[in-house]
Amino acid sequence: MAVLKQVEKTYHMDSVSVPVIKGVDIVVRRACFTVLLGPSGSGKTTLLNMIGCIDRPDKGQVIVAGCKVGDLTDDALSDFRANNIGFIFQNFNLLPVLSAYENIEYPLLLAGASAKKRGERVPKLLEAVGLADKAKYFPGQLSGGQRQRVAIARALARKPKLVIADEPTANLDSETGAAILALMRRMVKRYEVSFIFSSHDPDVIKAADDTIFLKDGTIHGIRRQGGEGAP
Amino acid sequence: MMTLSLAVRNLLRNRRRSLATLLAMAIGSTSILLFGGFSSNVNYELHTRHVQKGGHLQIQHRDFYLYGSGNPTAYGISDYVKILAAIQNDEALQKMVLVATPTLQFGGIAGNYAASVSRTIIGNGFVAEDINRMRRWNDFDLRTQAPLSALEGAAKDAAVVGTGVARVLQLCDALQIARCPKPEKETKSDAANLPDDIAQLSLQETPVASDAAGASPRRIEVLVVSARGAPNVTSLEVIRAEDQGIKELDEVSIMMHLAQLQQLIYGKSPSRATSIMLQLRHSDQIPAALARLAPILARFSVNQPLAVLDFRELNPFYVQTMQMFDTIFGFVFVLIGGIVLFTVSNTMNTTVVERTVEIGTLRAIGLRRAGILRLFVTEGALLGLCGAVLGVVLALVLSVIINQIGMPWLPPGNVELVPFTVSVWGENRMILGTTFGLVCIAILSAWWPARRAARLDVVEALRHV
Repeated sequence: MAVLKQVEKTYHMDSVSVPVIKGVDIVVRRACFTVLLGPSGSGKTTLLNMIGCIDRPDKGQVIVAGCKVGDLTDDALSDFRANNIGFIFQNFNLLPVLSAYENIEYPLLLAGASAKKRGERVPKLLEAVGLADKAKYFPGQLSGGQRQRVAIARALARKPKLVIADEPTANLDSETGAAILALMRRMVKRYEVSFIFSSHDPDVIKAADDTIFLKDGTIHGIRRQGGEGAP
Repeated sequence: MMTLSLAVRNLLRNRRRSLATLLAMAIGSTSILLFGGFSSNVNYELHTRHVQKGGHLQIQHRDFYLYGSGNPTAYGISDYVKILAAIQNDEALQKMVLVATPTLQFGGIAGNYAASVSRTIIGNGFVAEDINRMRRWNDFDLRTQAPLSALEGAAKDAAVVGTGVARVLQLCDALQIARCPKPEKETKSDAANLPDDIAQLSLQETPVASDAAGASPRRIEVLVVSARGAPNVTSLEVIRAEDQGIKELDEVSIMMHLAQLQQLIYGKSPSRATSIMLQLRHSDQIPAALARLAPILARFSVNQPLAVLDFRELNPFYVQTMQMFDTIFGFVFVLIGGIVLFTVSNTMNTTVVERTVEIGTLRAIGLRRAGILRLFVTEGALLGLCGAVLGVVLALVLSVIINQIGMPWLPPGNVELVPFTVSVWGENRMILGTTFGLVCIAILSAWWPARRAARLDVVEALRHV
């Protein structure tokens, strides 16, 4: 689903250059639950940003859903993200002025989906994440776990091929975090979508199909447990 | 639609800040409209006064306007009665023209020999009934009416003078003019120094004054130059003094019946008029009336070049006054526009900073840069529109209150106090122009922060704390 070839990334802060990713090769398999595991500062988020096409590598190539994203213009990249990638953020990042229903509907509106299509899709997603009765609630009226469920539903709204989740359970208590993890796993199977998420919690390894161990911007190991296997 | 809905909700999100910005815009809009309303009202006042006094159009000898003041009678229109008849018989003009009346301007000397005073004057002879009909013109529904001329129905030797003329000719007591200061009388007597023969002559003059005591104290003598160049004198009874508003005019102005003046100037020769005044039903009929007049005047222009001047050409003071008001209005608009620009810009800048993460999120899920730009510009435009509309409502309410109070004030060139009023209702061009202008300013002021928001790096935006 996503292939990274010899990817490098350096951040320049004033006169200091900090290499964050140093020649990484990764293959994210289709309909697999992939975890990027590593301590803070290991480059997990940077790697996710590049796979999610919101950041570009200094060197190397990123191919997502068969497309060399490095060649795309900013607008084309926006459209590509809208059509192929879903995002789940650590802080949920829901639009506070929109209800749960509207937050999920928003990516469909961006795509110009018809009212009928939206009316069919959004309730299904709400039901899938267990929030059918909270459709009219605004993010401020929902708990952290519920917000993250809305975020998951929003990420899946346009039937993406890949969902990027940057530490989606970091701001949740362990019980809710486990529930969210379980939900994401269910979504992988139900919608046949690749999930790649970052974590520094070693306990998530058992939930993952693939685990990529990162340290200081380099891969220290890859563990594959199951899944379809094809890139 | 999605952008609009999101923009509205975002504005409602921080109600206090949106309200503060909205109020700043509304107060700005109200100020512009109230000043514009006042300016419009001054325009209507001046417009009405000039049309009441001289009509919308005047047919004159081509050179009368520029050279006529030197010798008005030299520029008389010989066939004015036929021209008037042609105008009154024209079907199209009949529907437009309310009053068509001749007037004759002259220059001369007026004297009150009983008081041994005289002064140069510029006068007009007119048909009093027509002049009073003209003074009733009130197309803008102003609350105040122009005072009617006292000449209507008065004796044929009656005259109306400016209060300045009355003062100089020492007619204040006779005309019972209030606030008419008298000159200090000379206390120093030179009689003792006079030679005997001169003193004797002076004594002989005293009975003449005594003879005049039996005559009306409002009687004046007017000396004019007849059409043939000979001096001619007539005695007139001043029936009223009218303030002309401008001191210079007030001290030279005299008005009398046209027939009396024509007899004085032309004697038994065919009479002339220096102008034919045309008052139309509505001011917007001027172009149509001009077009219709052209062929009529062409028939009478064989021996005398004629021209038609509208009231704006005849009254450059009016045009200059309105240009001054327009300039002040523009200046006020620019000042308030500047305040609006910085207020909205400040609000939008704060909003962009506050919503940086949200911008990053929207960009991440596929919204293009243009979408972000559109969203923030829409918010600015909505602020501008709502502020301007609120300003219009406030201005309308305040204008009603101000007009109800009707505080008296004296506009320049006016002789009577008029109520201070502002015309906002019905001034659609001004309302739409102000609203459009403020919305444009709001869009402009939102555009820069919106552009900054659109150019934010997605990763940096998402990382923003």
